[in-house]
Amino acid sequence: MRWCHWVNFPILTIMIWSGMLIYWANDTYTFALFGHTFFRFFPKWFNDAFNIPGRLAEGMAFHFLFMWFFTINGVVYILYTLFSGEWRELVPKRNSFKEAWQVLLHDLHIRKMAPPQNKYNAAQRIAYTAIIIMGFGSLITGLAIYKPVQFNTLAWLCGGYHVARIEHFVLTIGYVLFFIIHVVQVVLAGWRNFQSVITGFEVVNDKPKPVIKPAADEK
Amino acid sequence: MKNNPKLKKVKKPLTIEQKINRRTFISFGTFAVLSGAAYGGWSWLKNSPKEMRSVTAGAKAPLRRALNKTELFFRNFFSNNNLVKTYPKERAAKVVRYNSDIGLQNQPDIENWRLQVTKQSGEVMNITLDELKALPKTEIIYDFKCVEGWDQISHWGGVRFSDFIHHFKLDDQTKLDYVGLVTPDKKYYVGLDMPSAMHPQTLLAYEMNDKPLIPKHGEPLRLIIPVKYGIKNLKCIGSMAFSNRRPPDYWAEKGYDYYSGL
Repeated sequence: MRWCHWVNFPILTIMIWSGMLIYWANDTYTFALFGHTFFRFFPKWFNDAFNIPGRLAEGMAFHFLFMWFFTINGVVYILYTLFSGEWRELVPKRNSFKEAWQVLLHDLHIRKMAPPQNKYNAAQRIAYTAIIIMGFGSLITGLAIYKPVQFNTLAWLCGGYHVARIEHFVLTIGYVLFFIIHVVQVVLAGWRNFQSVITGFEVVNDKPKPVIKPAADEK
Repeated sequence: MKNNPKLKKVKKPLTIEQKINRRTFISFGTFAVLSGAAYGGWSWLKNSPKEMRSVTAGAKAPLRRALNKTELFFRNFFSNNNLVKTYPKERAAKVVRYNSDIGLQNQPDIENWRLQVTKQSGEVMNITLDELKALPKTEIIYDFKCVEGWDQISHWGGVRFSDFIHHFKLDDQTKLDYVGLVTPDKKYYVGLDMPSAMHPQTLLAYEMNDKPLIPKHGEPLRLIIPVKYGIKNLKCIGSMAFSNRRPPDYWAEKGYDYYSGL
């Protein structure tokens, strides 16, 4: 459902940005091993470049407004996908995990042949289903952080308030990594493919008679 | 591609080429218009003026409206049966984080300290620390949560707020919607909705880690309210007042949510 996709893009951008305004107030998450800190999230120049510091209250206000839109958009997407039957194109099949490996090798130019596919290949099925589960995870961990006492069951499910906050953060980093790979793949897939995500169809054969194949989603 | 009824009306049927071009044009046009609308909405929000200064201040007006509406929605989930998780004593931090000295710069006169309680009628009660200590002591070891994002398990002891209310026959006052607390120097002040104040885990604390409070943590009496962020856990209570109007709140005047509930 391409509408949800495009609606989600600005919402998620705002959620990540306002999340960074919040994170700045207590920027303690690091990669550390044996007491040595290898990596610290967001160096000063990064925060200064995006005008992050000192805007915690503003960040929270934005975050707690756009969380509604993020949730509604996600619910609409899932309901539509379920009722239209499009989930069949999206959910990984039994052999998807094996095939996804072949797709990966193919995309990295290690393997010549890509496994046969319908609308989405096996790697896409896994990635696109995972991102929906991640979205749901952000919602659950988010609620666990937002009202850890009222929703203490959710907080408990996430392993407590402190852990839920880390999970929420890790999921966000996951979105950023997803976005980078996603954009690279879109560029590689070419303009025709990109066009289909806006129009809903893709022209696959120009000669002698054009055949039209439903691509992103056809009503 | 389904047949578009509009296209059918055209005398000469369109070629497939034309249909493709037309649909592509419409789709991109719609996309551009909606993107423009989204951008317009965003700049409206970004450039919206700050709210009028009242009990709350410092936030953009539409965002403050959203915060208040969201607060009212999530209040529906509030219940005295929803308790903050408690921990065994060993888990409590020995060195409790000290984050702010707002309202603490002027040392209060501990000898002559009284908790000044103003009823709605204007009647004032002055309560000594010994009177509070004579009431049943309640202890709590829980994860204290700061709005900045850090949390720390800490151990507090004192009088349950609801016990205090019943003992001093202030029950009629709790029919009002809010209670406000202020430091002796009046530099720090918080407003609490009555259900949160009356929550069974809300304490008027006079002990930390089994010892009397030290000045940095609000000697002689402070609020411990686990259903709120740290910003509402006022250190060094000077006075208390009941009201149906929202009492002034230090951080709500600086753009934070008035409720700040957990």
